[in-house]
Formats: sequence, C-alpha cells, structure tokens
Amino acid sequence: MGRRDRTGHRDRGREGTGSPDGEKVLVLPGDEIPAGGLRPGPGTYRMNGRVYASVLGLLRRRPPFVQVVPLSGRYIPKPGDVVVGTVTDVQGTFWLLDIGAPRWAPLHMTGTPWKIDFGETEKYLRVRDSVVVQVESIENTGRIGVTMVGEGLGKLEGGTIITVSPAKVPRVIGRAGSMISTIQRHTGCRLTVGQNGRIHVDGSPEETLRVRETLRLIDDEGHRSGLTERVQGYLDSGREGRAAPRDHPVRSAPDPHDHPIQRPPPAEQIPEEEPDEIGDPSPSE
Amino acid sequence: MGNVGAKDVPVLMTEDGRRIDGRRPDELRPLKITAGPLHQADGSAFVEWGANKVMAAVYGPREVHPRHLQVNDKAIVQCRYNMAAFSVDERKRPGLDRRSQEISKVIGEAFESVTFVEEFPRTSIDIYIEVLQANAGTRCAGIVAASVALADAGIPMADLVPAVAVGKVAGHIVLDLKKEEDNFGEADLPMALVPQSGRLVLLQMEGHMTREELSRALDLGVKGCHDIYGKMKEALRTRYSATDAAPSEVPA
Repeated sequence: MGRRDRTGHRDRGREGTGSPDGEKVLVLPGDEIPAGGLRPGPGTYRMNGRVYASVLGLLRRRPPFVQVVPLSGRYIPKPGDVVVGTVTDVQGTFWLLDIGAPRWAPLHMTGTPWKIDFGETEKYLRVRDSVVVQVESIENTGRIGVTMVGEGLGKLEGGTIITVSPAKVPRVIGRAGSMISTIQRHTGCRLTVGQNGRIHVDGSPEETLRVRETLRLIDDEGHRSGLTERVQGYLDSGREGRAAPRDHPVRSAPDPHDHPIQRPPPAEQIPEEEPDEIGDPSPSE
Repeated sequence: MGNVGAKDVPVLMTEDGRRIDGRRPDELRPLKITAGPLHQADGSAFVEWGANKVMAAVYGPREVHPRHLQVNDKAIVQCRYNMAAFSVDERKRPGLDRRSQEISKVIGEAFESVTFVEEFPRTSIDIYIEVLQANAGTRCAGIVAASVALADAGIPMADLVPAVAVGKVAGHIVLDLKKEEDNFGEADLPMALVPQSGRLVLLQMEGHMTREELSRALDLGVKGCHDIYGKMKEALRTRYSATDAAPSEVPA
C-alpha cells in the first residue's frame, strides 16, 4: 500500500515572496510596514492608521492585502492538509492526535475506515501510534476536524517520525516531488511527508539515519541555493563510505605512560584573566 | 533592600560622576543576546547582561494542563521565573519562593498584554525563565530574553518588549543597576516598555524617590529601553537573516 505525500496547499512557506522585485524582506514584531493602501492581512495588525508586523517573518504583498509569512512557529492547520499525527489520548469514542498544532485534533471513531463499537477504540489505535489523517475543518472554537477515511490515509506501522519546520515541507518534497524521490531512491526508505512537518520514515536503521541527516540538512539550510546538489552530494558520499564505520577497530584505553598528566604551571606563570566587567565580579541578586 | 550588615558601603558615585564600575549614570552594562539557542523549545533566547546570564524558553501555543485553567476565547500566558541554586553568592534553595512567584506573575501579565492571545483559544503560551547567574536586574534580563524567545517561537504580538532597571544611587538617578547599586542604593525601579505604543507593561519600585526624581528616572529608563530594543532586533535579524532573508530595512 504505497502512501504518497500530498502537497495540499501551495502557498505556505514558499520562498520567493516579498516585494515585487523579488527581494525578501525580513520583518519583526512591531516593525512598521508601509502598506501603501493595502489592507492588513495575516501576520500584521493596524493601530492608529498604521500597519505593523505581528510575527517574525517575510513580508508579502498580495493585493488587496499585505501580510507576513511566519518563519517560525507551530504548524497552523488548514482544511485539505494531509498530516502525520501521533495519538496522545484514547477515549470511548475518539482519540486525540498531536499534529504539531497549538491544539490537539480529535479523531472520531466514525472518521476511520473501521467499524468500531463504543469503548473498543483502544483496540485500533493506542497512545504513541502514528497515523496519516486529513484536516477537514477548523471550527470557530478552534477545534480541528480530521478524518482517516481517504486514499493514502490510515495507521502507520513501525518506522520513525522525523520532524522538520513546517515552512520547509515544500523543500522536502521538491519540485514535482523531485527531492523526496531522490531521497527515497538513494536510501530505499519509504517517506510519508505531512504538511505539518512530521515525516514518517520506513526503512533500515542505517538508511533511516541517512534520511534523518538529509532532512536536517534541508531544515537548516533549505533556504540557500544549491540545496539539491548538496543533498545529492551527501547521499552519494554516504553510499561509498557506508562500510567504513564498521571497520573502525575498538579503541582501548590510553596507556598512562604514553601521555603523562600535565601539571598546571607554577602560580606566577598563570596569566591574569580579564574580569567580566570592571569592579566586583562576584555574582548575586 | 540589601543586607548592609557591618560591611563598609562601597563608593557608589565618584566626584566626576563615575559609578562603582566606571560607568556614567546613563550607561548600560554590556549586553549580548542570542536568539534560538535551544532546538527543543518552540522559541528561546540567551541573554548575557553585565554578569547576568539568563536563559528563556517558550513553548506554545499548546494544550493547557490542567484542563480547568483553559479559557474559551483566548490563550493564557503562564510564566515561570526561577533562579538556579548556583546563580547567587549564597546558594539559593531550589524551588519557587515568594519572590520568584511574584516575578513570574508580573512578567506573565506583562506578556499577556502584548501577545495576541485571542488568536489561540483554549491554549497556553508557556514561558520559562532560568537565571543561571545573577547580578541585579534579573527580571529585566528575563523579560528581554522571554520577548526574544516569543518572537523566535513565531507567537504574534504587538512588539518586542525591552526592559531595564533604573534607580537612585548616592543621590543620582542612574540606568541599569548592578548588584552593589541595588543593595546599597536608595531606589530600584525595574520597567518594561512597548516601544510601538510607548506604554509600560511592567513598573515596580523598591525604595524612595521624589516625584520629580521618578519622572527623570522614567525618562532615563525609556531611553535605555530603546537602546536595548535595538539589540533585541539585531539578535533576531542575525539568527533569521543567516537563514531565510537578506537583512534589510523595510522599503519606504
């Protein structure tokens, strides 16, 4: 049963935002934004006729709105997103899923492909199980409606969950799935990528480790150009050197006669240390 | 205020207007801010201010535990200010004491008034402030660290919140008290400012001052806060412009 990722919504976290000339402008909370007639959108607020940024992120002009796309922060769910979640609580008729959002998402037993009797929920999903679900709705109360009924959705068996920043998900997938295909091809692991930045990896322990390193590379440096080449380079080099770690001999304890303990020099030779600040350096309230 | 005991009171102000560490009355101690040092937390910051070393971590918005504390229409802000046992000269017994509880409360309330809590009903924004080394003004250093950590966590708010302790020492109004000035001075006034609106979200005082001195102290504090504000923004730009965007002014 192949589980493919879904790209879902296009706009979130995409690079290349900012002013029309392509320059990315970083704004911080409290920075004033010259709105030029645009209305305040997400990530901004209006006070006394002026518009300010409310989150740390990239400025984006989308007439008639001006908004700030956050560069950090938890995953904010949108209907249609396919996400990887973990069960944190089991109740009589539903489970609670941690999908990395500010709230947990309740999954009702009717939202699964199984026929479950009342109280039997534990038999199907237990705490710490991982699942792929789709966000159906966000209610006014903030409740996140999810379903496990649909193509590619369901329980995830075995494997590991690796988390990246939600803003980096498009980079993990790549143009038309190119990046994720590359990773899967080079490591033989099956990846399920959630819009919430949670990625399920199914493969051997050694290859899972390489996937983890690759994802860390994308998360830390995904903004820079040449990412595809660097990921390719990492995956290729790993392939050749893969046998090497097993060949390392077991290191024995160092022989004390080879490395005599260095005694500290006599007092007058120790150089004076600069104090942190002028005056009494002893700490107190 | 401090424990004077039988010790000689140190010279807190010389004739040419220099303080115990050589600073002028309106000079801040060296301040270094690092944004995002902790990967586990949603947001974090480390502040080194004079001899103070304070770490702040922010988690959230996230589910509230215990459930009965949650509020239907907004997020709650829970702050825990704590001093490590090794942060002070005389070992401080671990655990929250009345002073820590008070500071936790006032800092939490300060941030509750600037963060856009209505965007996240039934959740909690948790702020943890750990003082690793203390030398007066730790609650202000904590506020600076927590504010940067909140921005690092992507939590929407009106502005960053700089904070500083002004005071009266040897009859002079001075900015950014250090330990001896706090212990042997006449007044200590920690304050936190929202530059965007010009409002204070924290103001406390220990000691005595005339109304006129208070007015001068507030002016001096606001000025200091603006300098600190600049450093807070710089720390965040350094962290994020190394990542996703070239640092630049918002174009006019």
